[in-house]
Amino acid sequence: MISIRHVSKHYGSFQVLTDCSTEVAKGEAIVVCGPSGSGKSTLIKCVNGLEPFQQGEIWLDGISVGDPKTSLPKLRAHVGMVFQNFELFPHMSIIGNLTVAQVKVLGRTLDESADKGLKLLDRVGLKPQANKFPGQLSGGQQQRVAIARALCMDPVCMLFDEPTSALDPEMINEVLDVMVELAREGMTMMVVTHEMGFARKVANRVIFMDHGRIIEDAGKEEFFGTPRSERAQVFLSKILQH
Amino acid sequence: MYEFDWSSIPGALPFLWQGMRISLEITLTAIGVGILWGTLLALMRLSKLRLLGWFAAAYVNLFRAVPLVMVLLWFFLIVPQLLEKLLGLPSGSDARLSSAIVGFALFESAYYSEIIRAGIQSVPKGQASAAFALGMTYGQTMRLVVLPQAFRNMVPLLLTQAIILFQDTSLVYVSALADFFGAAYKVGDRDGRLVELLLFAGAVYFAICYSASLLVKRFHKGAGA
Repeated sequence: MISIRHVSKHYGSFQVLTDCSTEVAKGEAIVVCGPSGSGKSTLIKCVNGLEPFQQGEIWLDGISVGDPKTSLPKLRAHVGMVFQNFELFPHMSIIGNLTVAQVKVLGRTLDESADKGLKLLDRVGLKPQANKFPGQLSGGQQQRVAIARALCMDPVCMLFDEPTSALDPEMINEVLDVMVELAREGMTMMVVTHEMGFARKVANRVIFMDHGRIIEDAGKEEFFGTPRSERAQVFLSKILQH
Repeated sequence: MYEFDWSSIPGALPFLWQGMRISLEITLTAIGVGILWGTLLALMRLSKLRLLGWFAAAYVNLFRAVPLVMVLLWFFLIVPQLLEKLLGLPSGSDARLSSAIVGFALFESAYYSEIIRAGIQSVPKGQASAAFALGMTYGQTMRLVVLPQAFRNMVPLLLTQAIILFQDTSLVYVSALADFFGAAYKVGDRDGRLVELLLFAGAVYFAICYSASLLVKRFHKGAGA
């Protein structure tokens, strides 16, 4: 589904990603972790072309992301993305947030879009909030709406960029629960997160990044059992002691 | 001691009202065109295409570095002849109003574009990313997500600029166009009551602009900004 091959990226002389390669098969959930500044968010943004890269190739559902002939809007319409800061559109109601791209990008009717939106809102437990505005919802609720918004587009895969790191601790689980359920239903997912509990529960593989490189790419048992690299061990010991 | 004599004002009111309509016409058209063209300029300035960026920057810097009176005079001297040639109008037809409107609109666009550029930049970058991630094109992202938020942030500044613009319309007197100020001047000149008419005109400008600025303030508070 997602194939990242020898991707490198630099801003001027600053190297952000160096020769990153990995694969995400259909139905797999992959967790990407690593210290801040390791390039994990940049890597996931390369997957749907939000960040350009200079070398290598990324193939998504058989389409080359870096090819200048590829229509990025068309590609992105079927790749869901969830951001650290939710990024709901504050000037639209919740249902407006859920329908705008269905109508404008996919060309669905407003009724059809609203039906779909309400169904997915119900799924994340927020149907009663349909007519509120994002500012009236808690962070956890907003992030669940953001997930529903991405699902409205019938994505072939979902990208999560630190979906819980801007949340208060008591709201993290309500978001993770939705994500766990998604993974169990077989959604192809690439998740940048420090939530190792989530990784243990549903990840097929864990990728560890540092200084723009993929240091470790291993099955979860292997990763949590005996990470081979010293840096991954240090990182794990730091975040797991809490 | 100067003796005030206001008697020439009541009879001149219809003429003054005509002048006020011209002032308002110039103001409203310049606001409309200024916001449209200003938005385009702001988008050009923020675009990754260098050539567009340079053009917009040159345009804005040029108009912001030249006094408005001079722009109006240029347009007064050049545009009528141009319009005559382009549209095949009979020579000597009165294009003062259209040249004033064009001059104002182009001049104000430079100011509006800077306000709008700041407004666009006030919208967090993640908003555009989220719109792109949903498959929106650049145009849809701007139209549906970024600009509505930008304009909401800018409303007080845009209105303040509109008030300044309304005051500045009085400068069209250089083209002998009878806007409100020009009309007041003409009446005062004719009746030898220039002081009274100009005081009256000043009071009207004050009343309109001050109440408009109070409205802006209230709006600002109401918006919770």
